[in-house]
Amino acid sequence: MTSAPAATAVIDRAGLDALIRVLAAHGRTVVGPTVRDGAIVLAELASGEELPYGWGVELEAGHYRLRPRPDGAAFAHSAGPNSWKTFLHPQRERQWSADRASDGGTAFRTDPPPTVSYAFLGVRPCDLRAIAMQDRVLTGGPHADGRYRSRRSRAFLVAVECTEPGATCFCVSMGTGPAAGPGYDLALTELVDEDGHRFLVRAGSPEGEQVLAELRLRPADPDTRDEAARVVREAADRMGRTMPPVDLRALMRDTLDAERWDDVTARCLTCGNCTMVCPTCFCTTAEDVTDLTGDHAERWRRWESCFDLEFTHLPTGPVRSSPRSRYRQWLTHKIGTWHDRFGSSGCVGCGRCIVWCPVGIDITEEAHALNQERRTVADRQEMP
Amino acid sequence: MTALLAGLAADHRDRLLALGRDVAWADGARIFEEGGPADRFWLVRSGLVALDVHVPGRGTLVVETLGEGELLGWSWLFEPYRWQLGAVARGVVDAIEFDAAAVRAAMDDEPAFGLELLRLIGAGTIGPRLHAARTRLLDLYGGGQDTAGTGPAR
Amino acid sequence: MTGAPPAAAPPVRYRVTARTAETADTASIVLEPVTDALPPFAPGQFAMVYAFGVGDIPLSVSGIDGHRLTHTVRAVGAVSRALHGMRPGETVGVRGPFGTAWRLPDTPGADVLVVAGGIGLAPLRPLVERTLAAHRRTGGPAVLVGARTPADLFFAADVERWRTAGARVLTTVDRPDPQWYGEVGVVTTLLDRAAVDPPRTTAYLCGPEVMIRAAARAVVHRGVAPDRIHVSLERTMHCGTGHCGHCQLGPLLLCRDGPVVTWSQAEQLLSVREL
Repeated sequence: MTSAPAATAVIDRAGLDALIRVLAAHGRTVVGPTVRDGAIVLAELASGEELPYGWGVELEAGHYRLRPRPDGAAFAHSAGPNSWKTFLHPQRERQWSADRASDGGTAFRTDPPPTVSYAFLGVRPCDLRAIAMQDRVLTGGPHADGRYRSRRSRAFLVAVECTEPGATCFCVSMGTGPAAGPGYDLALTELVDEDGHRFLVRAGSPEGEQVLAELRLRPADPDTRDEAARVVREAADRMGRTMPPVDLRALMRDTLDAERWDDVTARCLTCGNCTMVCPTCFCTTAEDVTDLTGDHAERWRRWESCFDLEFTHLPTGPVRSSPRSRYRQWLTHKIGTWHDRFGSSGCVGCGRCIVWCPVGIDITEEAHALNQERRTVADRQEMP
Repeated sequence: MTALLAGLAADHRDRLLALGRDVAWADGARIFEEGGPADRFWLVRSGLVALDVHVPGRGTLVVETLGEGELLGWSWLFEPYRWQLGAVARGVVDAIEFDAAAVRAAMDDEPAFGLELLRLIGAGTIGPRLHAARTRLLDLYGGGQDTAGTGPAR
Repeated sequence: MTGAPPAAAPPVRYRVTARTAETADTASIVLEPVTDALPPFAPGQFAMVYAFGVGDIPLSVSGIDGHRLTHTVRAVGAVSRALHGMRPGETVGVRGPFGTAWRLPDTPGADVLVVAGGIGLAPLRPLVERTLAAHRRTGGPAVLVGARTPADLFFAADVERWRTAGARVLTTVDRPDPQWYGEVGVVTTLLDRAAVDPPRTTAYLCGPEVMIRAAARAVVHRGVAPDRIHVSLERTMHCGTGHCGHCQLGPLLLCRDGPVVTWSQAEQLLSVREL
């Protein structure tokens, strides 16, 4: 998907409702943010009414609270506990099944490819990049994941630019936001001011243009365009977190033996929450199940965390038996060796791992500490 | 030429070889016994020598074999100059035999020669054999070995 | 890579056509496609071999003969026990070929040094066969084999054939039995008798990781360049297609970038504990 030269337009709240109706009329399953169980989660939307109008979030390490917003904004909140990978790369999926025939032979069967056509409404720029990263991981190698690709190639992405970064956000450090990068079909910028509650909308693909054509739009006036650009630009200055401004890949390579890993693992519970909420973590395990007859077996794939003790093991035992090595594996892969394998960092700066860590471990704080330790060690070595 | 001889400076090599003489053993010949006086040592030119130890109830167990080019015996270097293991020829073995007392005297007489010889024996014989023994303590091929070189036990 | 099977593709049916007990707990099974065959395997590559209802494991090919594959499996877990117990006529599922292959020497006539520990000889067998076929005019490879006991040595008939064909095969065990009249000690002690010329040598190592580290260091010490030492590494593998993440070793996904890597790639990675 390449972004086409986009016509910009403005829609209001009714226009957003209409967008959802149009997408649904196209046979799409519309998924977007909605309030559920005290959080803003991504779920199937029946109508625009279910969007989290008037809700914001208060974020800190290990802390997430909904807060009412007097301005009624729908997208003035940061990443919630789930991400789009829940839909594109589901937690549990059957890969194939096997049946044993009466002659002792075995027949293998795959399920037909998934036919769901998602429309994702409210994809944050950081999450837009996260989807691109999972595309690379799951379909960019010699063996593409066909089921992922089926869902992904049929998905329609409505990005919403970030105007309200949270206290745990650092997309600017990772170069993923707050403005939407390529890959969307439509991009929205939400504005709530004296001129009303409205959304600047632009198409990033022919299909996006087609959908726009079905909506009642008014062309974007220069003031709205300027204002939208301004709020996104200013959001960049309000990031709650930063990564150290160094080559993080080199930092990870240089600090494999740092003492800081002991410090962080004194706090880490190795629960794997960070890997579950991370929008790019993709690891899975294979599960083989058999029915009661013993003649029907299935292969399932389900999310797995590198924090699991048995995640990688040799016949002699687990390879990463210490929590230290497992936290190090996660972080060094995320912002270090991801480059080696997939050509970019694996972190988009969404801050989910910070928010949903039960003990509040902060990936940016750990990176800063590692950077500091590296500098201290280097200084010590330079001293005569 | 053995690694030990190749590693010595030419004059030191000549000095050592002047103290050596060729010997040969027939298959099964016992070269020395555990606890016996370590008054000689050998450089194996060809054949195989088994180092063994007698364990009551289990018989004579071979703990290591030495082949072509290897130094047979280093207990002669250190007091009390007693063999820690026994040695027996496996097949016909040709070797150069050295008189331990004469070599020790030459080492004392010319410390540069002594130091070089000691270093070569440390690096080429004592160290590797210690490392090999430690590796075998790990019993790497035992118990939970893998299924075929790429994956874990499943 | 064209023709690579997609991720999540089901296994292809192969029938066990022969089984050879190699040691008390290790057997080789010969597999032939029931109908369609997988793309050809190269020495060093591996398959995910599935036992019905139990699961699959990565197994290097220990023999390649057209579409006929041999796997040598040691019974240590549920899947490997099931595969080890397979009898001719039974069906397994096979996915692959996966991973990197042993890279044969760039220069014809180069000395080939093979160092195998334990079941590490299995993935090296097809390499030795290829080397013997390719280097009939030269000296043939040096093959050093270490095992725990004489009863753990396998491929005896092949080893004899290799010797006849010009390979210098040296074998050693950690624990001899009274009948054993061969060498006793670690496999690296055989290196000095391998009679290879280090600057012209390409080395291939497979075995437990500690043995690989020790052997690679010893081979480097004798003057073989680290990028001409090829080693086969192992880690957990579930998918074989580079998606499950289990086989990661630093910057490498061993199912895709391995299992065969050069010592220049592996040395630093294996030096980091619990990487």
